[in-house]
Amino acid sequence: MSFRPVAYVARHVQAFLGSLGRLARNPLATMLTLVVIALALALPLGLKIFVTNARAATGDFANALDISVYLRTDVSLEKAEQLARSARERPDVAEVTLIPADQALAEFREHSGFAAALQVLQENPLPHVLHVRPTRESSSPAAIETLRRYFAAWPEVEIVQLDTEWVLRFNAILELLRRFLAIAALVLAVGVLAVVGNTIRLEILNRRAEIEVTKLVGGSNAFVRRPFLYTGALYGLGGALLALGIVVAAVVALEGPVATLAQSYGSEYTLTGPAREDVGALLAGGVLLGWIGAWIAAARHLRDIEPRA
Amino acid sequence: MIVFDHVVKRYPNGREALSGVTFRIDAGEMVFLTGRSGAGKSTVLKLIALLERPTRGTVLVNGKNTGALKPRHVPAFRRNIGVVFQDHRLLADRPVYDNVALPLIVADTPLKEIDRRVRAALDQVGLRGKENALPLELSVGEQQRVGIARAVVSKPPLLIADEPTGNLDPELSLEVMRLFKRFSDVGVTVVIATHDLNLVREFGQREIVLDNGRVVNPQESDDLPSVIATR
Ligand SMILES: Nc1ncnc2c1ncn2[C@@H]1O[C@H](COP(=O)(O)OP(=O)(O)OP(=O)(O)O)[C@@H](O)[C@H]1O
Ligand SMILES: [Mg+2]
Repeated sequence: MSFRPVAYVARHVQAFLGSLGRLARNPLATMLTLVVIALALALPLGLKIFVTNARAATGDFANALDISVYLRTDVSLEKAEQLARSARERPDVAEVTLIPADQALAEFREHSGFAAALQVLQENPLPHVLHVRPTRESSSPAAIETLRRYFAAWPEVEIVQLDTEWVLRFNAILELLRRFLAIAALVLAVGVLAVVGNTIRLEILNRRAEIEVTKLVGGSNAFVRRPFLYTGALYGLGGALLALGIVVAAVVALEGPVATLAQSYGSEYTLTGPAREDVGALLAGGVLLGWIGAWIAAARHLRDIEPRA
Repeated sequence: MIVFDHVVKRYPNGREALSGVTFRIDAGEMVFLTGRSGAGKSTVLKLIALLERPTRGTVLVNGKNTGALKPRHVPAFRRNIGVVFQDHRLLADRPVYDNVALPLIVADTPLKEIDRRVRAALDQVGLRGKENALPLELSVGEQQRVGIARAVVSKPPLLIADEPTGNLDPELSLEVMRLFKRFSDVGVTVVIATHDLNLVREFGQREIVLDNGRVVNPQESDDLPSVIATR
């Protein structure tokens, strides 16, 4: 048989409209299925947005990865400045701030309330300190350990202090969440396949007579399958749109409280909704899952339906 | 053209519905299949339409050996056969037009052509103007004629009908049979299974009589020495 593009497209449009019409004629059942699919899709999207926001909100934590290098008290200020200069040469160091002992003592006097007691001291007991901030790329635990070793090896250094464990821990938690997100998405995708597959299976059984007649007059398996695939894809698309609605509504509801919370920490941070790629992936994923779920159901059940005499 | 050569059909439950049936129907012939209930008439039609495959023997339809046809070739094979049932098998939720158009739609026919052919088919069965009616809004006779329009709309070379007049009064039955005769007159091969012997006599067409899974009328058996040889 020759290929007729217009008829081909027309048949697809017809199958598509037919599927759409059937869904619309059964609003309650359709809605229930859509809600189940939407929840399964909204969960991973919500998690994804949570992780993205947590990352963004804590993006400045790289700045908090400060290494404090305490020099020995007998190291002169000139020597300290020279050390600071050579530290700045390193590619993994973003910034080095030298806090001279005198400045540290002055600040301490001012802020501690021990000004009178400190007057008694003959000499400054405080050392010069270098505050070293690694570059963002060198903020991994391993890179920071390398830096720590480097400073610890200097003979002028008394002690190297890292107050970064909680940042690393936080990053580890985010990584864990990211993995959990991947697993949840996978499990829920299988759930969507099952929901769509089962819905399509029921629909195939419901339309048994129609399928038999269609095959009787020479409808191929592909022809009979087509409307069910569209129905599956429509379920996926509808579920994805509903999921998007749920997530956007949640983001809108949380925006105010999050901003208030951020302000209390002096931050301008506001919640970010789903990114364009997220929306694209959600819709494409929904359609694809619906299509595949319908395909599986159709492959299993349509073959068995043959016209009777 | 249809050839049955020593065809045996045993259903999965072990019931042997045909026990060595041999006959030949030429292109353009109109043939009645008769016989008591359970004789095997419907089974013969099912084997022709490839709703069943023979257990033994050969069934040739439109030059194809149905027993050897690959599943993916079955749809194209069926498009060359128009089938009419006693219960007409119309889609209750689709208007007449859609029901009649179905064989054309599955065959990839351009929309304009579908429109032309559906109207022509409805014309032929006298149902012009009923395009938008639902099957249940029609009388039984009209429903049967929609079924016939659907069977002939794609102009298949072969038309088979299982008790097409079973639900109709004598007058309507005659009308439906005349319709089949008209298709036969223009070269369509027509095979009709029926109980209605009066109707068969009225038309004086060839008759194949089945009994208990065998062809029993003498003129058919005389034509087919191979059937006698196996006895
Ligand atoms: N699907 C089936 N499974 C098992 N046995 C069947 C099946 N279809 C028909 N039979 C049996 O095969 C035999 C022939 O049946 P068939 O339907 O061909 O008869 P028929 O001549 O069409 O009868 P009727 O005039 O009542 O329609 C019968 O004994 C019937 O019980
Ligand atoms: Mg029968």
